[in-house]
Amino acid sequence: MKPFEYARAASPAEAVRGFAPGTMYLGGGTNLVDLMKLGVAEPERLLDVSRLPLDAIEQTDGDRVRVGATVRNTDLAAHPVIRSRYPMLARAVLAGASGQVRNVATVGGNLLQRTRCTYFQDVSRPCNKRRPGSGCPAIEGDHAGLAVLGASDACVATHPSDMAVALAALGADVHVTGPGGDRIIPMPGLHRLPGDEPERDTVLEPGDLITAVELPPPPPGASHYRKVRERSSFAFALVSVAAVLDVRDGAVAGCRIALGGVAHVPWRAERAEQALIGGPATGEAFLQAAETELEQAGPLPRNAYKVPLARNLIVATLEELAP
Amino acid sequence: MNRIEGRVKVTGLATYAAEYPAEGVAYACAVQSRIAKGRIKRVDGGPALESPGVLAVLSCEDPPRMSEDADPELALFQHREVAYRGQIVAAVVADTYENARAAAAAVRVDYDPDDHDVTLSADHPGLYKPDVVNPGFPTDTGKGDVEAGLAAAATTVEVTYETPVLHNNPMEPHAALAYWDAEGRLLVYDTAQGTSTSRDMIATALGLPPDRVRVVSRHVGGGFGSKGTTRPQAVLAALAARVVGRPVKIALTRQQMFDVTGYRTPTIQRLRLGADAQGRLTALEHVAYEQSSTLIEFAEQTTVPGRVMYATPALRTAHRLVRLDVATPSWMRAPGECPGMYALESAMDELAYAAGLDPVELRIVNDAETEPGTGLPFSSRDLVGCLREGARRFGWERRDPAPGIRREGEWLVGTGVAASTYPARRSPCQAVATVRDGDFLVQVAAADIGTGARTALTRIAADTLEVSPERVHVELGDSDLPRAPVAGGSMGTASWGSAVVRACEELKRDGKEGRADTTEEIKGDAELARHAFGAQFAEVRVSSVTGEIRVARLLGVFAAGRIVDPTLARSQFIGGMTMGLGMALMEETLTDAEFGGFLHRDLAQYHVPVCADVRDVEAVWLDERDGELNPMGSKGIGEIGIVGTAAAIGNAVFHATGHRVRELPITPAKVLMPRF
Repeated sequence: MKPFEYARAASPAEAVRGFAPGTMYLGGGTNLVDLMKLGVAEPERLLDVSRLPLDAIEQTDGDRVRVGATVRNTDLAAHPVIRSRYPMLARAVLAGASGQVRNVATVGGNLLQRTRCTYFQDVSRPCNKRRPGSGCPAIEGDHAGLAVLGASDACVATHPSDMAVALAALGADVHVTGPGGDRIIPMPGLHRLPGDEPERDTVLEPGDLITAVELPPPPPGASHYRKVRERSSFAFALVSVAAVLDVRDGAVAGCRIALGGVAHVPWRAERAEQALIGGPATGEAFLQAAETELEQAGPLPRNAYKVPLARNLIVATLEELAP
Repeated sequence: MNRIEGRVKVTGLATYAAEYPAEGVAYACAVQSRIAKGRIKRVDGGPALESPGVLAVLSCEDPPRMSEDADPELALFQHREVAYRGQIVAAVVADTYENARAAAAAVRVDYDPDDHDVTLSADHPGLYKPDVVNPGFPTDTGKGDVEAGLAAAATTVEVTYETPVLHNNPMEPHAALAYWDAEGRLLVYDTAQGTSTSRDMIATALGLPPDRVRVVSRHVGGGFGSKGTTRPQAVLAALAARVVGRPVKIALTRQQMFDVTGYRTPTIQRLRLGADAQGRLTALEHVAYEQSSTLIEFAEQTTVPGRVMYATPALRTAHRLVRLDVATPSWMRAPGECPGMYALESAMDELAYAAGLDPVELRIVNDAETEPGTGLPFSSRDLVGCLREGARRFGWERRDPAPGIRREGEWLVGTGVAASTYPARRSPCQAVATVRDGDFLVQVAAADIGTGARTALTRIAADTLEVSPERVHVELGDSDLPRAPVAGGSMGTASWGSAVVRACEELKRDGKEGRADTTEEIKGDAELARHAFGAQFAEVRVSSVTGEIRVARLLGVFAAGRIVDPTLARSQFIGGMTMGLGMALMEETLTDAEFGGFLHRDLAQYHVPVCADVRDVEAVWLDERDGELNPMGSKGIGEIGIVGTAAAIGNAVFHATGHRVRELPITPAKVLMPRF
């Protein structure tokens, strides 16, 4: 690990003022510290924002819920309001990592964790995300866990978060403060597809700091988060789905579907949603909607399984949610 | 009785190699090759030497003095040739671990790379027949006419099974602390499965007389074979300590462990089986294709189970090896039996289906009277008892053999069976028992790698001395103690225990001291086939939606002689079975064809089972009396638990889904894709 300075910010404003090139904000450190040990991240200075007074979960105007950026994953999943009103979010958070990691990991850090692509994490091998222009060996090599939607010739990485998939389905607002002032980024707009700039995971600018995630009122209907992995716990998703389905008089009145493990972003399945709304809530309709969404998929030889897997998962989850 | 060192372990007081305090200690960190084959042009340690706290940079630019007889994986910095990606090519020694690690990244190595070849295939032009396979078995064996047996068979099965590169992942990383004293004697606290053998390997590598080297390994946090031979960390610590004139400590990172501490070779296994109308084998052929490095020939004994398991008039077993630009494979829990029985017991299941026979009955019909490969009588063999008892406990008689028909919601349910076997050997060992303060001190350079050896030997000594175990103190894990073989090959307890019994018997006669050396006794052992046997049963649930596989039940029934300590034995059996579950469903190291070396070199990517994967695992054993083994009547149990587990699970997946996956691990992708 490269030697670095460490400082702690007392307020979000102080953090933003203290940001300079070479600085990285430190949340729970469950990903960043690993990346520093691996030499993938080499900050000159860590600005610890994990103790900022942003650790509250509170109901706000208009029946919304504001989750501070330093709320620990464990506390988010265990909070009575989240458990009762946003059970899909609680499930998604609990599907991630281990109890020990969730005790430390923050909401802001969870959103900004980096891909677990084996090449990205290994400084002895090329990676366009880590070293732009060096190449993407995953496309010819190990990509079994990587993206089938929205990938580019430069990068086939996936975003690893479970929580972000649920937030994308809920359409949460990400509150950001930064050198350019405060702004709100609606999910899933925080993350971006790799295109020819895979080094940029999100639309955030240098110095931007996530201060909160604001949840809109829960959408009507039943919701679920389901994650597929080869072992029962402590593994990243092969594919996951966050889904909300509202059926009235046999017809789909509302529908939200987001997929994890398939793209550089938590993938909001808008085509499937549009195909379903107003139509019948039948297995056949769910299958057609899933296939409509997955027509865009561009799988590689060793991750082609993700396409039928995502299709099955969407259909099975919606069938479970349909009355 | 409870595990003797249980309290110090759970309270964090047990000292492991990297934890010994040492005044003035320095730290070493290895620099690894970034090419898979070629030659080092130049190592530039300059920038590293200017880094904070750096004391020295070791490399082939100034090769440290070593013996030409050093094991090639231990001959650090002696050559410019690179044999594999990840090989140690330089090292930095610094005042702190952090400084050493930071400076290691600053060492610049220039190479002349050559094209590499890291891919095993069954038609590789470099395949050849090694002279022997590990640890000294004949490479090929044959009896009868396999072609005639197949031609005469009512049912034949001809299949290829593949297993991937697998890695041992002991919790304790490979670590060492080395001191040189003023007289040039070397003390190494090492993570060794055997201090006598580790002492010899280090002495040989450094060109020292063995009596000038001492290796201490009081506690070892798992090994599974990866600490059975001395690994580079011990030699690197010694070399670095000599260069800087201070004690030097080193602990490999998890990623480095994947590169330089051995692994299980990938295998491609071709099997041909023929059976008559009653299911009796008419022929069995098992050929394995495997890899080793260009440095050392290590040929895993993958097809030896066919020489032990089933009666057949025609038997051929063979091994073919290719030397690739990869690290040297080595021991991983049950080398040979583990991958070999996966393929053989999967093929037997296929034969049962092809012949329309119950897979338990097929194995019983083919039980061998004498060892098929040698014709030797067995000292004891109760495979049939294990199969019958397992079938009874598991509820096998209620099983409908038809595959792919049981469904609970989206979950397909299936059950499978496979047999287990592992040799029951012992090696010469010495021990000393003395009276101390009215109690008894037993000394033997055995190793407790988490198995409970200290506890088992205490019990053996107490039983022999006919005293309470509280009055016996066993000292092990130090090469200055009476010479002992490694904890490996499931023969630790049998070997050490034999010497402990004899030393204690001598003490009882003498009243003060007993010394034993079992070399002569073992020479007198009758020529018999000695093996433990077992049967494993698995119930799996496979999601028809996602391809996820969950093991609902695992049952192992073993016939392994007298069980010395039931608590420790259960732990060994279910530990092996759990490791077999990992092999079946998730464990896999990828080889990087483009750059060489391995991918997935950490525990986030190399998945081992978590507690939630291990839902209902049960191990039981039959009461087996065998007077032809050793004074305890015991057979080794450290490895048999992993043998057959993956086949039982794979067979259950077939029973659940109707689809046979012949390449481990059996992942959701492999289950899902054929369904579309």
